[in-house]
Amino acid sequence: MFGGGMSGPGMASGGLLGRPPGGAGSGGLMHSGDLNDDIVFGKVYDQKVVGRFASYLKKYKGSTIIASISMIISTLTTLFMPLLFTDAINIVQTGDISKLDPIVKYFIRLFSVQGTSHIITAIFIIFVVDGLIGWGSQYIQQYTMANIGYGVILNLRRQMFDHLQQLSLSFYDRNEVGRIMSRIQNDVGSLENLLSNGILLVFADLITLVGIVIIILSMNIKLALITMTVIPLLAAVMIVWQKYSKTAFLKVRTAISIVNANLQENISGARAIQSLSREDVNFHRFDNMNEANFDANVAATRMAGGLQPIVELLMGAAVAIVIIYGGSQAIAGKLLVGDLVGFVLYTQRFFDPIRDLSVWYTELQRAMAGGQRIFEVLDAKVEVKDAPDAKQMPPIKGEISYNNVSFQYIEGREVLHDINLHINPGETIAFVGTTGAGKSTMVALVDRFYEVSKGSVTIDGYDIREVTQESLRKQIGVVLQEPFLFSDTIRENIIYGREYATDEKVIESAKAVGAHDFIMRLEKGYDTVLQERGSNLSQGQRQLISFARAVLSDPRILILDEATANIDTQTEVIIQQALKKLLQGRTSLVIAHRLSTIHDANLVVVMENGKIAEKGNHKELIEKKGIYYHLYTMSYAYSDEKSAPSDKNQAT
Amino acid sequence: MMRILFRVLGLLKKYWRWLFLTYLCLLLLTAATMFVPQFIGMAVDNGLHVNSTTLVVTGDMKLLVYYGLAIIGLSLLRGLFSFGQSYFAEYAGQKVAYDLRNVLYDRIQRLSFAFHDKAQTGQLMSRATQDVEGVRFFLSMVVVRLINLVITVIVIAVILLRMNWQLTLISFACIPFIAYIAVRFGAVMLPLWTKIQQRMASMSTALQENLTGIRVVKAFSRQKLETKKFDEETQLLYDPQIRTARIQAFRGPLFNVLTAIASALVLWYGGMLVINGKLTAGQLTQFYIYLSYLIPPVRLLGPHINMTSRAIASGKRIFEITDTESAVKEKPNALVLSNVKGDIKFSGVNFNYEVANPKKPTSNILQDISLEAKSGEMVALLGATGSGKTTLVNLIPRFYDVTSGSITIDGIDIRDVTLASLRRQIGIVQQDAFMFTGTIRDNISYGAVNASDDEIIASSKTARLHDFIMTLPQKYDTWVGERGVTLSGGQKQRLAIARTLLIDPRILILDDSTSSVDTETEFLIQQALRELMKGRTTFVIAQRLQTVKDAQQIFVLDKGKIVEQGTHVELLKDSKIYREIYELQLKAQEEALGSEVNR
Repeated sequence: MFGGGMSGPGMASGGLLGRPPGGAGSGGLMHSGDLNDDIVFGKVYDQKVVGRFASYLKKYKGSTIIASISMIISTLTTLFMPLLFTDAINIVQTGDISKLDPIVKYFIRLFSVQGTSHIITAIFIIFVVDGLIGWGSQYIQQYTMANIGYGVILNLRRQMFDHLQQLSLSFYDRNEVGRIMSRIQNDVGSLENLLSNGILLVFADLITLVGIVIIILSMNIKLALITMTVIPLLAAVMIVWQKYSKTAFLKVRTAISIVNANLQENISGARAIQSLSREDVNFHRFDNMNEANFDANVAATRMAGGLQPIVELLMGAAVAIVIIYGGSQAIAGKLLVGDLVGFVLYTQRFFDPIRDLSVWYTELQRAMAGGQRIFEVLDAKVEVKDAPDAKQMPPIKGEISYNNVSFQYIEGREVLHDINLHINPGETIAFVGTTGAGKSTMVALVDRFYEVSKGSVTIDGYDIREVTQESLRKQIGVVLQEPFLFSDTIRENIIYGREYATDEKVIESAKAVGAHDFIMRLEKGYDTVLQERGSNLSQGQRQLISFARAVLSDPRILILDEATANIDTQTEVIIQQALKKLLQGRTSLVIAHRLSTIHDANLVVVMENGKIAEKGNHKELIEKKGIYYHLYTMSYAYSDEKSAPSDKNQAT
Repeated sequence: MMRILFRVLGLLKKYWRWLFLTYLCLLLLTAATMFVPQFIGMAVDNGLHVNSTTLVVTGDMKLLVYYGLAIIGLSLLRGLFSFGQSYFAEYAGQKVAYDLRNVLYDRIQRLSFAFHDKAQTGQLMSRATQDVEGVRFFLSMVVVRLINLVITVIVIAVILLRMNWQLTLISFACIPFIAYIAVRFGAVMLPLWTKIQQRMASMSTALQENLTGIRVVKAFSRQKLETKKFDEETQLLYDPQIRTARIQAFRGPLFNVLTAIASALVLWYGGMLVINGKLTAGQLTQFYIYLSYLIPPVRLLGPHINMTSRAIASGKRIFEITDTESAVKEKPNALVLSNVKGDIKFSGVNFNYEVANPKKPTSNILQDISLEAKSGEMVALLGATGSGKTTLVNLIPRFYDVTSGSITIDGIDIRDVTLASLRRQIGIVQQDAFMFTGTIRDNISYGAVNASDDEIIASSKTARLHDFIMTLPQKYDTWVGERGVTLSGGQKQRLAIARTLLIDPRILILDDSTSSVDTETEFLIQQALRELMKGRTTFVIAQRLQTVKDAQQIFVLDKGKIVEQGTHVELLKDSKIYREIYELQLKAQEEALGSEVNR
């Protein structure tokens, strides 16, 4: 049973294009938290992040200006309302036009309105017009902001996705899918509120604050200053509060990310859980985590709510100051009663923006942290890039040559050393060797999934770095040990590499590998929609579909990571035959497990520690009694129970 | 739609105490708030006297100080009640979220395989996270505030009516418009939210698939097409999102302008009344301030209605899961299966995944399966892909229920016993064992939580895993799963064997194939499997000659039927089909063993 063969590294993750030994190395995305990097807060204002976002707004320059102007107008219209009311009180009490504010005065003079009741009507009309202008400007502001905000988010998501498609496999070796997903979904999502609405509201709040200060100062400087004595107090309270609330919110985020990670595992592991009857234990554990999350949230609420009585108290104090001190001023004849009322109205409004800002403060911190993580993805270096003068690779014959190739996944840890190998068109090459010997890396370099660190790989004499990746890969077919199917129809899955293939072509390819029969037995035949990862098919069926996919793309060079015995016997026979079809007339690089493949190969390359240790055909190598002979006989000689040495290299 | 809304609200029923406290605080808060303008108004009217001819203001400082202090006191009360109100509401909302997560978690883990065959991870996750959050936000924020708005409106209306009814009617003229717009608004938003949530989940699924399959994407140079596909997904999400934002941009400020108009009317008509001496300036101020209390809650009306629509859409998606009945149910009076010998009998078993489709009796996956396995026997199942082997063994632990016929263990119908007691008797070793996030120790003892360290080590020794574990830096405490070391296929398989040994089941289901491992590892696995099978009734999905030879019974399946049965020797003699399989596949293994190397 030599069939077990010697296999590549990273078998767990689908073999062929294995992970670098040592797992996560340099260049991974920031790991800032133990559980989830969501939980870190950023600065409130991060120059770099803000600068980058600003560059996204360039495209919306016009809209941004319009939104900003509308925001200023709508803020001013809101600010204006209590002033109008002050005017109304003043006019009914004094009848003196000179006590009106300049804007109203201007209109009254312009239309030469006479008499108190007419002036009241005029103020009323101004009030209504003010309200309507406010409506219009708010509408324009929110509408344009929504366009900008969602537009930027759409762009960001697309840009990130596009960039992720360009990134070389080494990036994926270093970063888990879950982590990358969370950047596109959660981090971008956390910007949604801020971008589509928030930013301008922050400015609106600031303008309101400044506006109120200016108005009350202009009404009565002394009273205004005395009223504002509560502000430093409020500021002090806020600063202390921020410190504590930050910890509370951090706890909330940690707790929820634990809950979510657990949920995710529960869903993907549901079958295993049921097999092992773990439901009760799991539920109990989840309940604890869920409860911890609940507690963290309630604690945070207590924290956030605790500010309320203090703010209210200070606000009450401010109003009281206005009434007591302002009242005494009014008695002394230094303040109009209307102005006093205006003062009270403005003082009450003063605290709304402050409360809002404290909410936005947290939101801004989150957004800055999210922004940082987004740009980290966008800035991840594309290691394998088309040369600026890259040519289209013309149709090839399939001659491959490794010239003094060295390679390292991680700086300073070379996994291939000075490899020289020449492969003639149409030959089948079997790579054998123990785990970590470098077989997978060898074949991954031909597809240019990674860049050689020294030397070159040429195909038909073309250095693969000098041609476009697309023209290169279109001529190379890859079949992975663990075939990856997409949740689409079987037809689409077979067509995958060749968008314009006809139905006849699809069926022909399926027939060639013996997949047609079982496909036709399915209720909807080629239109059967596969579930996530093709889970409604058996392993063998999935493998056959991936073969059909390779046959349809008809590559000159085929890279194959042979699956081993995980297929039932009858399918195995079909697959054997399919394999022969597949290899026919192509240059084939096979990470070989099957005896028959090794037997039939034109050349067997034995890899050891990143070097070619032996090469030749099966017979020659057996006769040589070297490493190959040892590997080969060991398959049968095991009778003692010592642990496999390959294990030890595996899980580092 | 209303039904779902009420059901969502009904989730709060359990927490009526908290809800009661919330509303108590809310009422007290409203009361405290209502007194503030009273004092301000009184301060203007009583504290200050304006002589209408001389315009000289006289006043009573004592009264002013008294009013001032009263306002401070009221503000403090306001603060406390508003804290209480938001705290209690949040508490109740968080409790509901906690309940929902628990229910979802438990429901998902107990739903039968038939459900998981069709469910997508992204879809389920988005319900357990975003939808639960949507409902919570609605319950702890929106419900209270909407009711707050109604209470405030009513109280203010009463106060104002008592002050001056004409002025009140004029200022409240806008209320019907606001109510009408609010209701319409909600109706428009609901379908959009349903769409947003669906598409969010769909985008997430697309993303996950692309990233997990990135190697294939690159190998086939599909980046451009994938990008195009994703662009479409994002566009599909963007469309309803931008529509909700635009609708809100129009309708939200509409509420504001209506309150502004109400204020303007008060100013105008009230001003006239003051001129005519029918109202004092202080009263007008009070009136205006009362009305201004309506501005913040009305301003939030838009977003709140939006959130209500979202909560209804979310509630629907959550209830979809919690209402799903597992296809495999326990009987109310189910027995506890214990002291099992391990005799298993299939009698006339038919099975079809689509139970609900009686029109297609022909599409049965299993047809009329009858077989018997005695305690301790090894039964090998052979057959092509799709012949029904996996389905057959999945029926024993009741991952699916038979469509007709029955399966018994020691003569007891498996549908008469509790699921937990049934499954505790059965060990399953799959080729690709699932690793849970945790230490190696946790993973081995996954099915037997109370196992001692000695037992764990003993079982991993038997599973030929111990030596490997000892080479790891943290030995049994080494973290595996998402953030830990990656185990190879062979290591996972042996871990699954150790896991099963620890449960010590009477019945064993396994796949004797080994995933891609090198020869030595494969040998270890075979040894471990043999150890495991000792003395247990075993169903093997057989790929190996040795297994087939060792088996007491072999069943050959074809298209869901048993076509041959017997021992290796018998079948080799009598069965053409078996001989074919043997010749084609199994024999090659024998030849490889026999001819190449002498054992």
